[in-house]
Amino acid sequence: MSKKTEPRYAMVVDTKLCVACKACVLACKSENDVPDGFCRDWLVEETRGVFPDLRAENRSERCNHCAHPPCVHACPTGASHVNEGGTVLVTHHKCTGCKACIGACPYDSRFVHPDGYVDKCTFCLHRVQRGKEPACVEVCPTFCLHFGDLNDPDSEVSKLLRTRKHKVLHPETGCEPNVYFLEGGPR
Amino acid sequence: MSGLTRRQFIQIGGAAAGTAAVGAGLTTNWFGADPDVVHDPGTEGDRVVPTFCELCFWKCGVLAHVKDGRVTKLTGNPAHPLSRGRLCPRGTGGIGLLYDPDRLKKPLIRKSKGGDQVFREVEWDAALDHVAENLLKIKDKYGPEAMALYSHGYGGSWFKHLLKAYGSGNIAAPSYAQCRGPREVGFQLTFGSGVGSPETTDMEHSRVITLIGSHLGENMHNTQVQDLARALDRGAELVVVDPRFSIAAGKARYWLPIKPGTDIALLLAWMHVIVNEGLYDHDYLARYAVGLDKLKESLKDRTPEWAFARTTIPPETIVETARFIAGAGPASLVHPGRHVTWYGDDTQRSRAIALLNALLGAWGRKGGFTLPSKVDLPSYPYTKYAHKPKAPPDMPKDTLYPLADSTLASGLCMASIPGTAAYDIKGWIVYGTNLIQSLPAPEQTMKAIQSLDFMVAVDVLPAEICGFADVVLPESTYLERCDEVHTPPYKEPFVAVRQPVVDPLYDSKPGWWIARELAHRIGLNDYFPWKDSVEYAMHRVKAGGFDCDELRLSGVALGKPTPVYIEDGLDPAFDTPSGKIELYSDTLEQAGFDPVPQYEPPEEPPPGQFRLLFGRSPAHTFGRTTNNRFLSEVVDGNEVWLNARVATEMGLKDGTNVVLINQDGVRSEPVPLKATQRIRPDCVYMVHGYGHDAKGLKFAKGRGASDSRLVTRYKVDPIMGGTGMNVNFVRVERWAS
Repeated sequence: MSKKTEPRYAMVVDTKLCVACKACVLACKSENDVPDGFCRDWLVEETRGVFPDLRAENRSERCNHCAHPPCVHACPTGASHVNEGGTVLVTHHKCTGCKACIGACPYDSRFVHPDGYVDKCTFCLHRVQRGKEPACVEVCPTFCLHFGDLNDPDSEVSKLLRTRKHKVLHPETGCEPNVYFLEGGPR
Repeated sequence: MSGLTRRQFIQIGGAAAGTAAVGAGLTTNWFGADPDVVHDPGTEGDRVVPTFCELCFWKCGVLAHVKDGRVTKLTGNPAHPLSRGRLCPRGTGGIGLLYDPDRLKKPLIRKSKGGDQVFREVEWDAALDHVAENLLKIKDKYGPEAMALYSHGYGGSWFKHLLKAYGSGNIAAPSYAQCRGPREVGFQLTFGSGVGSPETTDMEHSRVITLIGSHLGENMHNTQVQDLARALDRGAELVVVDPRFSIAAGKARYWLPIKPGTDIALLLAWMHVIVNEGLYDHDYLARYAVGLDKLKESLKDRTPEWAFARTTIPPETIVETARFIAGAGPASLVHPGRHVTWYGDDTQRSRAIALLNALLGAWGRKGGFTLPSKVDLPSYPYTKYAHKPKAPPDMPKDTLYPLADSTLASGLCMASIPGTAAYDIKGWIVYGTNLIQSLPAPEQTMKAIQSLDFMVAVDVLPAEICGFADVVLPESTYLERCDEVHTPPYKEPFVAVRQPVVDPLYDSKPGWWIARELAHRIGLNDYFPWKDSVEYAMHRVKAGGFDCDELRLSGVALGKPTPVYIEDGLDPAFDTPSGKIELYSDTLEQAGFDPVPQYEPPEEPPPGQFRLLFGRSPAHTFGRTTNNRFLSEVVDGNEVWLNARVATEMGLKDGTNVVLINQDGVRSEPVPLKATQRIRPDCVYMVHGYGHDAKGLKFAKGRGASDSRLVTRYKVDPIMGGTGMNVNFVRVERWAS
């Protein structure tokens, strides 16, 4: 038995499978009671090329739960913080809604909840702590979303990143995001 | 729910801040001493009720989470073979239907008021008495067959039973002649059975999947999309034939942007290559098929070069893809599609798809098509129907669609215009289908309605069709009622139950109750002997040998699996006249049609006009969900897709509001333009189901444009009466506000 280390949670999105149906967005909204007009995850449909020579990529995107989260550093009250497994969370009652974190986030993944605090994806930590997958992962009809512990070499996410070609968004920021996107073929 | 969150914010925030200030003194980071808690949104609920979905007609297993009497979320039932714990966007969005503020709340009766006609809210007794009176009146005056039922949705079974007991067999759904009908007939002619719903495609195990105009992924049938994704994950390849770079095309090894209306030419050329190069499954055909020589003979001149001139697909691409598709047989599936009423030659196109599948040896094979069984529940021991009804008048006088095997909704509509059919239809019951959008040529539908003596609509929302009814009866949603038991043929046979999750809202009533109350008022008590639909459903479940309590707890029970492929030891039977796969159809020949599909060139759009194509959004089911505010959080309107180069030439920018004007001068509502590389220059595309004008649909009204309104003409399939709707041409103009 290997020594149990602190987990490092990550999400892996297989763009080859995603059909941009947005089931993930709606499952998140009902799971987390996200208010009307807001969402914590969203879809990007990218098409490149000129008819008829085209390429497409669909990405289910959300907070990247960065290893170096600029939002946490920007937060003056300590509401934005790093929680279990590297999950970046906002403690509602400590947040004044000042939006410093929104300005700091390179991924535009935060919004001000109508109740006054800043809200965002939590990797459904309340579910993960009960041994469940995040709501978006659970609902996905294409199996394109994977969640797990990158510190566990046997986890599905670790295996996928070992064997498949992948990328993160805006690596140049140095934030070390923890949401990975698998591309077409093998690594 | 937002109220609860707000309370939390004040209570915890206030108390914690005070404590921290006292306990920690005036440290700089006084918030820091306060522990971070992982917020639980509390949507898991205090109870979970398993049921099945009705946002589309796939009927996935759903777990409804309820907290304080309110449904908080819907998740996929892991035990249900059609959902496997997952849902499409619509399945999650059932709460948006249940809590739609625009729902029909009270029965309505049409009344005259100062020369105007208005709806007046009435009690159920008054509404039901009025409907019953008119049902009896029509029966007395014209005979029971003058009454027709249009039904789309699982709750319709009670009304079908009611109408049969009343004495009429004139029951139709637009899902046949306006959707899947030609496909079923084309496959029946070839293999002796159709592909049904859920489709018997075994994509999960396919090595190559070919889609002809089918946009799976946008057309979001949960299990099919799951199977497609599983296949792709395993390395299966896609060949996508579509004038539009669909989501599926974006994942394809080959995308063939075919000229619309020429699919048969491509299918014939593919078969030409496969037959000429001997790439078909020799043993399979020798054993199971007849007519190969005659098929070969008729494909002789259908060369890739011949097809190139018609489809615009280069001959070398046709040859390469034919070999690619054939190389993966029998685990090579040419998908039969679902909505296939396009050009009026749809049965023959579907048959060409069936023939290609036969050449690949895919029918009854792993990775092709399954031949599934279903759980056999004995039907409820009803009293026999007393009256054997006359055949439906669903074809124009002196016309025969000889191979139609279901009643045509469009035909019953036409028969309501006096003197046009074998006999006149005088009354309609419309259950859960907005005929104004689901039948082509809406003006014609409205004209037919004017000739009726009586019409009643049973619906959840005030769709356009309700505005034409004499009586509107508000039905409860699927989350508030128990319906018929679901036991479709499927590779894992199962029994699923729909059960009420919460009590009916407003003054709505479940369909079973409405049908039974009507039956009691017209002397048909004997046909509705049960107390309620739960008693009915449990009677059937018990008679089938299943444990009722267990089933109500799990929502679904699996039946005994049977072999579904030849690979499993299945000995396939073909319910055709020859008892074999018919590559050459004597049935078609005797009825005066081509025994092997032939290509007929479609009419071309005149210069400056585009062929109007329409399709599906993964977040919506036609127009029936476009008022759903929850689903509209992700898709809240449609756009008109136009080739980017053409748009530039026309001086139209992406996002500009445009109107479409069809060949008959009908104008669409203003709608944003999507100038995109993802479509051919000779057609435009839009998602179906928008452009509502019913005032009661407060959210959907005025959103997007209606393709239905522009479908003023259609081409009837002479074989089975399907209405090909992709035969309309439009101009695109900037909208002048």
